[in-house]
Amino acid sequence: MRILVGAMNDVVSNPVKPHSDPRMALAREQAGHVVVAIGGAWQLDADLPDLERLDADLFSEQELTSIAFETSDLVAWDSGLVSYLASLAWRCRERGIEVREEGLPEGVQALLRLASTVPERRAEGRNEHADPFLRRFGQDFIDLARSTGEILAFVGEVTLAVRSMVAGRARFRRSELWLLIEEVGADALPIISLISFLVGLILGYIGDQQLAQFGARIFVADLVGLAIVIQMGALITAIVLAGRTGAAFAAQLGTMQVNEEIDALRTLGISPVEFLVLPRLIALVAMTPLLAIYANLTGILGGAFAGTVVGGLNPAEYFTETVAAIGWNHITQGLISATVFGAIVAVSGCLRGMQSGRSAAAVGEATTSAVVTSIVFIVIASAVLTIVFDAVGLS
Amino acid sequence: MGYGDTVIQRDLSFAIRRGDIFVIMGGSGSGKSTLMRSLIGLLAPQAGKILFDGESFWDAPQRARIRRMRRNGVMYQSGALWSSMTLEENVALPLEQYTRLRPSQIHDVAVYKLALVGLSAYCDFYPSEISGGMRKRVGVARAMALDPDILFFDEPSAGLDPLSARLLDDLILELRESLGTTMVVVTHDLASIFAIADDSVFLDAATQTMLTTGNPRELREHSEIQIVRDFLSRGET
Repeated sequence: MRILVGAMNDVVSNPVKPHSDPRMALAREQAGHVVVAIGGAWQLDADLPDLERLDADLFSEQELTSIAFETSDLVAWDSGLVSYLASLAWRCRERGIEVREEGLPEGVQALLRLASTVPERRAEGRNEHADPFLRRFGQDFIDLARSTGEILAFVGEVTLAVRSMVAGRARFRRSELWLLIEEVGADALPIISLISFLVGLILGYIGDQQLAQFGARIFVADLVGLAIVIQMGALITAIVLAGRTGAAFAAQLGTMQVNEEIDALRTLGISPVEFLVLPRLIALVAMTPLLAIYANLTGILGGAFAGTVVGGLNPAEYFTETVAAIGWNHITQGLISATVFGAIVAVSGCLRGMQSGRSAAAVGEATTSAVVTSIVFIVIASAVLTIVFDAVGLS
Repeated sequence: MGYGDTVIQRDLSFAIRRGDIFVIMGGSGSGKSTLMRSLIGLLAPQAGKILFDGESFWDAPQRARIRRMRRNGVMYQSGALWSSMTLEENVALPLEQYTRLRPSQIHDVAVYKLALVGLSAYCDFYPSEISGGMRKRVGVARAMALDPDILFFDEPSAGLDPLSARLLDDLILELRESLGTTMVVVTHDLASIFAIADDSVFLDAATQTMLTTGNPRELREHSEIQIVRDFLSRGET
């Protein structure tokens, strides 16, 4: 392959004389008429002179009616010159000053004409001024109400999609579901192992220090076991999934929105909620409790490490105490919480992805918003569930 | 030339004269855009050389390649504007990076470039707030920001209405006339090809190579290759 670009030079190029600094000066020929003398090489990569002084001098001229140009010393030019002249010409026209372009090189004249003749589109619908405080407060309130409405509508759509799945009518690809289950579940094991082990270890370590003061070291096993199984295991899993999976869902769906892929589904008559949201919801709702059980085990292991290695407890004793402390009601609480948290992460991630605007920045915002929404709702749900569990006698 | 083990085009040999409007044409999937990606420095050819002013582009060290690329302006098919920046900032970025102009001068140049494409009233808009055709025109303004020696256009008229496409053609001609810029245009839009092209290369997907080069009007009348004549006359010969 051989491709030559610019090899045959049959257009005359502009040789630039050395030491030809760009310069511009004013000369008054008669009252109201000024000639602008332009010299040197006016190119973007040169140090162009500061033209504010020249502007000030020019427009301070009494009863200026016309300007002309003299360019016999002009060595070379490019947009550096034309852009300044274009801006000068606009300002002159605003003041009713005539601009005589005859003295300019033909190419410059042509470009100036082009800049003023391409039909200018009117920019409309832009509101530049800042709103007063009350107006902004009101607007924020309206936005909040609207976003709550959107969340509820989306939850409603998802519920309908779940119903059509139960009825066997939902349209999505089973192969994608298995892929998602793998991504959401198995692929998250290393990070969940690390975090839950360390949280268990920290709980165990702090508990051991405090309980040792009362000679009640063995109760570290109760503290770690109950804290992890009832709340922490599910919470750790949910927060890791919000950062890892919820953000990924928002980015995937947001990018699909940018590429008009979601529109393509809609125009085919496929519900994007069934096709995209439902498999993600199923994957998370199925995998979060399993991951939470795993997080419970590794968390307890971390606590046991602190209790036995740091606190010097007998491992067998620690194990017996843990088993005695934890009841089925505690495990059930943790698993119900994990399932709810999984649904929250899936719905928040997909909601923000589907709401995403059509630009790279909007996808970034959607991703951040997905994680924030997930975590806020996880904490709220955790509080509500604690009260509910107490009311139904599970705790 | 190709991706990985896949060869898309082979044995290409042609020259682009300075100051010409050179069209890369061919059917869909013939490798027009791939060829352009090699010319603008995004995809190294699997074999062969691309020479700019006699210097091999892909054999040069990276710094020299970047210097060369800075003298090219590229308009991408969909505009490829940076969505987090306003139109003026999009055009101003190359100027901020590569010139010593003062902010007020950069503003003047950016507004002037946007005026060339008829969009100086939209300086403060973001790409997401304007139409696809307007985004393309801003893409042209950004490509021209540094007064490049060579302007590359990837499918400039695709997705534009006939009038906008015609305006863009006129702009290309006018810029060549005023600045002497070399233009390399990837397109299969016949109206545009006949309106602007001085010279062209025809790529063929089936044989994976170029079939001919020359002025498209002459090729339409006198080419000995049936496919080329058919392509240029929409099969109406």
